[in-house]
Amino acid sequence: MKLVKSLMASAVIAGSLTGAVVAQDKVTIGVSVPAADHGWTGGVNYFAQEAIERLGTTYPNVEFVFASAPDAPKQIADIEDMVSTRGIDALVILPGDPDAMTSAIKQVKDAGKFVTVVDRQLSIDGVENLYVAGDNPGLGANSAEYFKQALPEGGNIVILRGLPIPIDAQRFDAFVAGIEGSNITVLDDEFANWNRDDGFKVMQDFLTRFPDIKGVWAQDDDIALGAIEAIKQAGRENDMFIVGGAGMQQILQAVADGSALTPVDVSYSPAMIATAIELTTSHFTGGIQVAGRYILDSTLITKDNAAEYLDPNSPF
Amino acid sequence: MSVSAPDIPAKTKRGFRLDLKTVGPLLALALLVLLGISLNENFLSYNNLTNVLARSSFIGIIAIGATFVITAGGLDLSVGSMAAVIAGVMIMVMNWLIPSMGIGWGVVIAGMATGILLGGVAGVFNGTMITRGRIEAFIVTLGTMGIFRSLVTFLADGGTLSLNFQVADVYRPVYYAGVLGVPWPIIVFALVAIGGEVVMRYTAFGRYCAAIGSNEQVARYSSINVDNVRLLTYILQGILVGVAVLLYVPRLGSASSTTGVLWELEAIAGVIIGGTTLKGGYGRIWGTVVGVVILGLIGNILNLQSLISPYLNGAFQGVIIILAVLLQRGRRT
Repeated sequence: MKLVKSLMASAVIAGSLTGAVVAQDKVTIGVSVPAADHGWTGGVNYFAQEAIERLGTTYPNVEFVFASAPDAPKQIADIEDMVSTRGIDALVILPGDPDAMTSAIKQVKDAGKFVTVVDRQLSIDGVENLYVAGDNPGLGANSAEYFKQALPEGGNIVILRGLPIPIDAQRFDAFVAGIEGSNITVLDDEFANWNRDDGFKVMQDFLTRFPDIKGVWAQDDDIALGAIEAIKQAGRENDMFIVGGAGMQQILQAVADGSALTPVDVSYSPAMIATAIELTTSHFTGGIQVAGRYILDSTLITKDNAAEYLDPNSPF
Repeated sequence: MSVSAPDIPAKTKRGFRLDLKTVGPLLALALLVLLGISLNENFLSYNNLTNVLARSSFIGIIAIGATFVITAGGLDLSVGSMAAVIAGVMIMVMNWLIPSMGIGWGVVIAGMATGILLGGVAGVFNGTMITRGRIEAFIVTLGTMGIFRSLVTFLADGGTLSLNFQVADVYRPVYYAGVLGVPWPIIVFALVAIGGEVVMRYTAFGRYCAAIGSNEQVARYSSINVDNVRLLTYILQGILVGVAVLLYVPRLGSASSTTGVLWELEAIAGVIIGGTTLKGGYGRIWGTVVGVVILGLIGNILNLQSLISPYLNGAFQGVIIILAVLLQRGRRT
């Protein structure tokens, strides 16, 4: 018994010693994200900085370099600077425009750095060591499941889309495939640019055009908030429900309160950047194997589980 | 501005000859209305028309200011960002005043005053840099466009600034209610348009703007205080942006870095569709109103039909804008 104990103790000491040896190497991790030009990217910036602050305190030997860029050329310049002047060992990047940035990111990889790509797929495979993203087809499919369940008899719905980029198409295609075979009729779909003002305008016109709407799929909470104002203005909040996406606090609160207008939401959290930074850091601090693909579920958030997702500190 | 108006013989011969330059925008508007009627029976409904006009009122009010700026040979690219930062600061001021003033119209009126004041200050800054700093209007307002946009992102911490829920309830009728069924934004838009038309056509200030825009040197020799008139156009523009924001904030009760994106281009497009010349010298307020309504109707009609793929919305918009201007230039061959 005594022997076992001392063996365990020495194992612990040895463990902490090797840990300390690893920890003494100075590691620099670059984090590059797009500027906060809408609510979701605002959340990305917030969660990135929060993770950096937390991990910087936990691991004093890890240094972070953070940059936020309004467009692709600036973001490319940022990562070039990180490699040449800051000597980063790893790069965590949420590319604003993945197609434009693929070759720049490949250069970082070719220079022997550990590369983590977040949310948006690069145009060639195999560049990144680690890929962390939300599940866009899942967001569409889970929303479609809810619509089928909420409208068992079928009914008319309208769709407010984001911007014409691949993420939007993945969500939309999965949703349309999901409701196939049901009696749900999509009256029309229009782009609302992931923007409240456009959500308001497009919804106003849909309400003018269609006297019978049972459901609205906005696939984004900013769009949903604009659309809700239009529905209230028309006094038709008891005729329909609206499903957004991303998990904005304001919508989550309504879901938790059991709102009939916003009964559910689907998660697509900007906090995925924190997941990516955390995993990348643990690759260096703990020597943990993290390479691969890490897809966060787009979970259906209902009245029952909304509390898990509420975070009073989140700006998003 | 102590100089009195030079006596210009205002009476020119007016025949009944159909002048395309004058009726061009109206013709385009009429065609668009016919298209709307043919596409959807609800197009002419009271609800749809008030929706579209109320939505267009922000751009409309800003575009009336832009008509003066452009007529006097200037340009203001900062109006969209300015609107966003004014909306953001208004919301912060109102939220901040709640503990001391309580929920009620007092807070809302203080917020409104802040909005107008900020607009004026921003206009003074733009105008001073352009007239006293002798920097191109394009550069100054491109600079302030970036400054204002970053400021609102900074103030909102990258997220969204939301007005206190109870104050938003008090303020809400300013967008959604009105007099005799006409929503407030439409009434304010109409009043600003009538005021603008009077100032542009019947006051010395309006004539000075046109004179400076068509030939600055001649205007200077005619003892017009060019710098002061120019400065005033930017201040007027700023104040009108403030007025537009007063009507915008109660709609959604929030402001973020996406507020007012590309409003400057919509305002300038409305002005030019209405027949004002981009290089200055000639401005037409009623034309601007028609231009802005045309832009509003294009978006509305696109949402009321499913013939055109949403991927082609931008193309449809582009075609209508070019056609509307082409109709006016048809005579000049």
